[in-house]
Amino acid sequence: MQALAEAAGKFVFFIGLIVLNIAAILTWVERKQSAVMQDRIGANRATIFGIRMLGMFHMLADMLKLFTKEFFIPMGARRFVYLLAPMISLLFALVGFAAIPFGDTLILGGREIPLQIANVNIGILYIFAVLGMAVYGVVLGAWASNNNYALLGGLRASAQMLSYEVAIGVSLVGVIMVYQTVDLMEIARAQGQLLWGWLPQWGILLQPLGFLIFMTAGIAETKRIPFDAPEGESEIVGYFIEYSGMGFGMYFLTDFLETILIASLTVTFFLGGFQVPYLYADGFHFPWGQAILLPNIAVAALQFLSFLIKLIVLLFIMMAIRWTLPRFRYDQIMHLGWKILLPASLINILITAVVLTIIG
Amino acid sequence: MQEILFFVLAAVAVLSALGMLLNKNPVYSVLLLIVTLFSIAGLYVLLNASFIAAVHLIVYAGAIMVLFLFVIMLLDIRADVEHINLKRLSRILALLATFIFLGETFLIIWMSLKGKAAFVGLGEGILGDVPSVGELLFTKYLLPFEIASVLLLVAIVGAIILAKRKLRPEPPAA
Repeated sequence: MQALAEAAGKFVFFIGLIVLNIAAILTWVERKQSAVMQDRIGANRATIFGIRMLGMFHMLADMLKLFTKEFFIPMGARRFVYLLAPMISLLFALVGFAAIPFGDTLILGGREIPLQIANVNIGILYIFAVLGMAVYGVVLGAWASNNNYALLGGLRASAQMLSYEVAIGVSLVGVIMVYQTVDLMEIARAQGQLLWGWLPQWGILLQPLGFLIFMTAGIAETKRIPFDAPEGESEIVGYFIEYSGMGFGMYFLTDFLETILIASLTVTFFLGGFQVPYLYADGFHFPWGQAILLPNIAVAALQFLSFLIKLIVLLFIMMAIRWTLPRFRYDQIMHLGWKILLPASLINILITAVVLTIIG
Repeated sequence: MQEILFFVLAAVAVLSALGMLLNKNPVYSVLLLIVTLFSIAGLYVLLNASFIAAVHLIVYAGAIMVLFLFVIMLLDIRADVEHINLKRLSRILALLATFIFLGETFLIIWMSLKGKAAFVGLGEGILGDVPSVGELLFTKYLLPFEIASVLLLVAIVGAIILAKRKLRPEPPAA
């Protein structure tokens, strides 16, 4: 019972308070960052009693708009599946966060609480399964809309997502080989160790090629520009064309949640997870011999903060990519996925295996 | 707790499998089959076989069922399609499958009564983790593992040849 309450508490805190709020802020960042990059002023109309806060209130305005708009079910749509599809999309974008370690253990009143919602010992495989399910929300929504443009968009989306899942899967094999485990918590912990006594063993240093492949394939998996052929809102339209109101809202939120999920996974696998360099369970131990001892709660807070900062930096980079690159043509997307990323990730496995054999 | 979960999952698995068979609309059949696969994965987790559960979901629910859905949606199979030509053959096959299934069930019950088979209780299994599965695959079951990979390779090559053949006669685009 206590374990259940603990899991529920962690769920409310990590997903309800952190992840969903970051997703909401991202909708504002997307508009404001694009405005800055394109030399515009950007969202600044929404005010509450004359307070603008850089247009932050547009998040609330958007939410109110989506909730109050009519949810229209088109003629000939398969009602049940049409209603179900956006929920499936949202569900599988959210459950992925259950396996993300936001920090090491926190000791609260004599209880050791791992800062991870569910300790899945098959971590990476769980993530693959969750990412694989993301296709269903898209395909079902496209099919249930009874619209040929939506169906074509859904087909483009599923072909793209299936193709890039292969690259994601193979690029993580290198990570598994280096850290000898598929448990996300263990991978994050292993990155706290030092190489040659001073260099933190982060994934980006041990698996630079794997990092690039994972990031690229991950961005493709979120179906955002430059890989937005499935939706192409400005001209070719996509799988959620028939959705209005909160139906569209859920797909919209799913996009941002998937971006956060991919960024969290990249942080966990390649940017040291929650690790702060030279910070151990009892405080800092610098390689030159100095030590600053810290209580457990400070260590846990620092780790959580470090995870959040890495996540936000990575999200900012992903947003910048989204506003920098034009959309790839569909054949270019397939070419990149199958003929460049997949062979590159296989080569990455080969190099990793050779290096590991030589080292020991 | 585990018993309750087992019965819920088992009931969902059986009911959704029945629904898959009885449903007229092929897309709903695929969806119900996915529900079945999920509940079976849940049963694997109850047996501590989380590795098999995950692989089961990745391969069947994540890849194969998506392709099923693809084909059904693209071909737009009518809900009331009639299998007149297949009826006879499918009856024979159905009878055969039923007999095999009944035989297997009988065999399992008989073996468990005689105490010849070892069964794993809920939450007692040990085939869960990745290292033990990997070690078995590369030592005890190396030959079957390699044969399976060669088989998959043949299938991949075959798929590429089938896909390429139609493109060849066409002249390159100007």
